[in-house]
Amino acid sequence: MSGTHGDEFDIACRELVEIVTDYLEGALEPAMTAAVERHLVLCPHCEVYIEQMRETISAVGHVPVETLSEQAKADLVDAFRDFHTTDR
Amino acid sequence: MIEEPGLLAAALSDARGLLSEADTELVDRLRAGDADAFAELVEDWSPLMLRLARTHVSTQASAEEIVQETWLAVIRGLDRFEGRSSLRTWVFRILTNQAKTRGVREARIVPWSSVVPEEQGPTVDPDRFRGPDDRWPGGWTVEGRPSAWEASPESSAIAGEIRDRLAVALAELPERQRVVVSLRDVHGLSSDEVCDALGITTANQRVLLHRGRAGLRASLEDYYRDAGAGVMV
Repeated sequence: MSGTHGDEFDIACRELVEIVTDYLEGALEPAMTAAVERHLVLCPHCEVYIEQMRETISAVGHVPVETLSEQAKADLVDAFRDFHTTDR
Repeated sequence: MIEEPGLLAAALSDARGLLSEADTELVDRLRAGDADAFAELVEDWSPLMLRLARTHVSTQASAEEIVQETWLAVIRGLDRFEGRSSLRTWVFRILTNQAKTRGVREARIVPWSSVVPEEQGPTVDPDRFRGPDDRWPGGWTVEGRPSAWEASPESSAIAGEIRDRLAVALAELPERQRVVVSLRDVHGLSSDEVCDALGITTANQRVLLHRGRAGLRASLEDYYRDAGAGVMV
């Protein structure tokens, strides 16, 4: 646990948590990406943090969403059929 | 004059971003009057379009009307679709125009182009990190370290609770963050699609996405702590 922070890091944990999204989006300069990856190899806490961000992103994909009513959707399909049978 | 129409067309298509094979096939089916293909599209895209429409109007009912009008415009306009963008991007543009045509754009609460105070400052409590005079400045403190989540948020035992918790946390995010996280992570849009649909820069989109995601992670962290499900690394 000790020795995970110090001179070997180009970026501190406090900075890393603010560039996690840039890192996951592939938006960092190559040198910065390499610095993040070096950090993650040595710092289990930031590794946990970034893994939790990934898990959060994945889990939020399952939040229920609103959509049109079945009636509205059926009406649209009817309108599509009408357009293709009568207007041409 | 050298005429190589095939090559020229290909070069032009490349320059414009060639329509994907899936899109080409879909458009062909729709133009041929394939109602099943249309029904499938309505099923797949309407939730996303509702979310997008909701950024322009203040009620769900208005958003539903905009989505319905957009689909009707798609039905009528499909023959004019030139394939210069993906079909989805084209549909989103129609939707945005529908919202503007209704004169409801002013219902937007926050202008999308500017940064507001809630989008500045750290996303993790600074107290969780060591101070500048510490041996490891900016490193996690012992108490501040994130605890690993024992069970994955998607494990069946807690997935329902996590989903409820996330739905609440998402609803409580500042609007711009909520919209960007919803479009990206709930509805699966790409960064480019979100920027195009909302008229924001890639950098601005990333800031909003980061803050929103960090907020949601924090709410799950609270959940795990309350549930006693976290373990120290």
